[in-house]
Amino acid sequence: MRRTEKVHDTRTALPLSSGTGGEDHAAPNGLHTARVTAARNRRPYRLLTGTRMPFSSTDFLQALAAGITVGGAYALMCIGLGIIFGAMRVVNFAQGDFLMLGMYAAFYLTTGFGALAFLGPYAGPIVAAFLAGPIVFVLGWVLHRFLVSRVTGIGLAQTEGAGGYAQIIVTLGLSLILQNGGLIVFGSSPSGIRAPLARASWEIGPVLLNQARVVSFAVAVGLVAVVYLFLTHTQSGKGLRAAADNSTAAIYMGIDVDRAHRIAWSLGVGITAIAGGLLASSQSFQPYTGFDFVIVMYAGVVLGGLGSILGAFWGGLLIGIVQQMSTLVLPYQLQNTAIFVVFLLIVFLRPQGLFGRLSERT
Amino acid sequence: MRLRGGSGGAGQGWAILGLAVAVLAIAFAIRSAYYELVLTQVLLWAVLAVAWNLISGYSGLFSFGHAAFWGLGAYTVALGLIQFDLSPWLGIPACAVVGGAAAALIGFPTFRLRGHYFALAMLAYPLAMLYVFEWLGYQELPLPMHREAPLRYMQFTDPRVYVVLALALLILALGLSLRVETSRFGMSLLAIKQNEPAAEAAGIDTWRWKMRAIVLSGAFSAMAGGLYAIVLLVVTPETVFGMLVSAQPLILTLFGGVGSLWGPVIGAAVLVPLAEILNAELGAWLPGIQGVVYGVAIIAIILCAPEGVYWRVRDRLRLRQSRRMPSGAETAPAAPAGAERSRTEPAVVRSLQRRSDRDGDALVLRGVGIAFGGLRALDGIDLAVREGSLHGIIGPNGAGKTTLFNVINGFLRPGTGSIAFAGHPLTGLRPHAVCRLGIGRTFQVVRAFPRMTLLQNVVTGAFVGTRDDRIAEQMAVAALDRVGLGRRAEALAAGLTTKELRLMELARALVPQPRLLLLDETLAGLGHDDLGDILGVIRQLRDDGVTIVIIEHTMQAMVQLVDRFSVLDHGRLIAAGQPQEVMRDPRVVEAYLGKRWMERVQSTGA
Repeated sequence: MRRTEKVHDTRTALPLSSGTGGEDHAAPNGLHTARVTAARNRRPYRLLTGTRMPFSSTDFLQALAAGITVGGAYALMCIGLGIIFGAMRVVNFAQGDFLMLGMYAAFYLTTGFGALAFLGPYAGPIVAAFLAGPIVFVLGWVLHRFLVSRVTGIGLAQTEGAGGYAQIIVTLGLSLILQNGGLIVFGSSPSGIRAPLARASWEIGPVLLNQARVVSFAVAVGLVAVVYLFLTHTQSGKGLRAAADNSTAAIYMGIDVDRAHRIAWSLGVGITAIAGGLLASSQSFQPYTGFDFVIVMYAGVVLGGLGSILGAFWGGLLIGIVQQMSTLVLPYQLQNTAIFVVFLLIVFLRPQGLFGRLSERT
Repeated sequence: MRLRGGSGGAGQGWAILGLAVAVLAIAFAIRSAYYELVLTQVLLWAVLAVAWNLISGYSGLFSFGHAAFWGLGAYTVALGLIQFDLSPWLGIPACAVVGGAAAALIGFPTFRLRGHYFALAMLAYPLAMLYVFEWLGYQELPLPMHREAPLRYMQFTDPRVYVVLALALLILALGLSLRVETSRFGMSLLAIKQNEPAAEAAGIDTWRWKMRAIVLSGAFSAMAGGLYAIVLLVVTPETVFGMLVSAQPLILTLFGGVGSLWGPVIGAAVLVPLAEILNAELGAWLPGIQGVVYGVAIIAIILCAPEGVYWRVRDRLRLRQSRRMPSGAETAPAAPAGAERSRTEPAVVRSLQRRSDRDGDALVLRGVGIAFGGLRALDGIDLAVREGSLHGIIGPNGAGKTTLFNVINGFLRPGTGSIAFAGHPLTGLRPHAVCRLGIGRTFQVVRAFPRMTLLQNVVTGAFVGTRDDRIAEQMAVAALDRVGLGRRAEALAAGLTTKELRLMELARALVPQPRLLLLDETLAGLGHDDLGDILGVIRQLRDDGVTIVIIEHTMQAMVQLVDRFSVLDHGRLIAAGQPQEVMRDPRVVEAYLGKRWMERVQSTGA
């Protein structure tokens, strides 16, 4: 099978701004800023032993800052995935594609239809990112009602053999349809939201902080707090956590597990879509972009501990930091490989993650 | 060979030959170079799907990372050709080595994982490779053209040659798959799929079979990838390591039928041309149509026929056949099995009689303890089971009975203490090794292989005893006779009663002729009449010289059955001895009926 039309590498994507003063806008995955600063300050950094490190202290701080700010959005998308996995024990391969849908939803809301033009170039992209959530939430609700619920849930979770894989296959199919359907609907050329924030940065000492990323970090953390309160303080949230902990027992307690699953699924894809919407103003994307984030998300969720919401937050943040810090010692093309390696190490050495507990029994 | 259904290996061999003839006929009938290319691709993807099915279909460990092998194959051939002027005739066999080695390296750590974790880890390998190959600067690797020596460089102008080459590879893969399916290899993988712990307990070295399967699978995937590079003349990381490559064999096989010889081929024959032709016709204005078709196909198949086309059609045909057959015909197939039986039985009986001559303790536990977190599940257990005795272990729920069995047969490693069986230390051995020493066990929850016959279910247990599959089958027949299921040997496990399932599991544990049997609540959930039947079988086994340890939490049946009792409570052995005296032990009564009851009994007695 040949897929020549597929543009995979987001790093070859078109720059969002064309020309003057554009050196500060964040290239995909926030690398550009780090490299520009690195070129500016070439101060070699010496350890006490006298060995020369291949990067300067400014590079280090810059990569750390980039990691934390990008990590906010990663943490948010990891929480989306974590809710779904925690509640339903479903490995959702299409999660990255819901992220991509969130990006396009925010894109069309901001630019395509001009619906949010009245909010101006600063608030517009952020409001659009928020609105991407409910849009994808509704789509998720419908998909769960008519498709996902038929292969997941209480009755099917315990079935033998291929039954347990039916859910993976369905999400894989969904992923293929969303990616390739996206190609038909949105086209293959990269798009991006022209947000003035993405081209501006705050300077703290030697470190440049991309304003769009800082704002998205703040928004992400705020949203995480809201989700956390929802899960711990509302009836639906508690039911969801009960269903996640022991779905059979939850049924006996009179909790509508099917409804809890539907909420978890829709909420999970909706939250991830908001994370996508936030990223959309600082990186370009196309219909296959979601897949780049699948491993980012799984690495974050597994690092935090499958099933732990707080763990997913810290896991996502850490993955953002690992991704950005890896560029200090590795060629930037290998930053995703660094994530894979971290991911495999966690899976092998500490499969329960940082915050999880071993629940899988033989 | 009747290990797999009614379909004999010879019949399947002819079917493969038929496939080859049909493909060649098609190849020579169509005149368009484009359709020849499509046909070649069908065959190559079929090879990948057959290879994927070899590990994932039979063993149930779904790999989302077969692109790793495919891509390594493609790059082996391409880089070999470019850097070392290596002829593809050598390059493709080299792929088998590279793919097999990569599979061993990947399988070695990854088989420690189960379920979701295995699937996720496998997904990461090809994607990591994708970025590495991009970084190495192999974004697009065109194969150099060598028009002067087409034979040496496999660059033929006639596209039919590629069809023949791909077909040869597919026939090799199918032949291998067939051999696996009809031997203990395939049976062991199927047993792993159904219940890995049970397979281990039946003496199957699950790790070794999984490694073998993935190495073979990786080798064939890489060879197909290598030929793919030759056919398309250009290699990019995305087209050989991409997600769609990993998804492809999975989708084709699931569509066609998982765990069947023909499923992957059916899937490739239907879906590859469909997607390819749609892409050619509509690709210009619907660029992703191929992926959408795959997505829709795979969702539709999961919702409508989750077992895949092959199994659906086969089950339909079987159903029709059995309806047509007169009712008396059902018992007929058992007759030849009976003939084989008489030949093997004396040997079995003889070996058992020899065993019953010995005396002393068969199983000795000293100070065995294990803790889960803060919970001491077993605490300083001292236990001796006399050779040839029927030893009962009772205790309330959560007393640690099953944990005790898990520690003995190697599922769990005791934190303290030692276990010895007939003088051999057991501590630290894996379950299949424990089984090899002559310890069989059954499980609280019976797991049968529903699609397989009783005989096939039981034969998995026989692989420990013999290297010859035919003898293994005879042993299985003999074991079924011992538990009184000989006449039901050809019945499908899905239709068995609870009693028959219990007896089947007993037979599976008996097949390798163990000296010690660990029975975990074999009597649970049985009606009164069935209980009598099973008790009879167990007594007969004891009289044949098998030492038996049985767990129960109902006292009544046990009192009539066992020679000695041990009582577990909260991980400690609180009493041991003859059934009658144990029954009167106040600590036992207290553990079972509670303190209050005890006080009432004492007060009324006084």
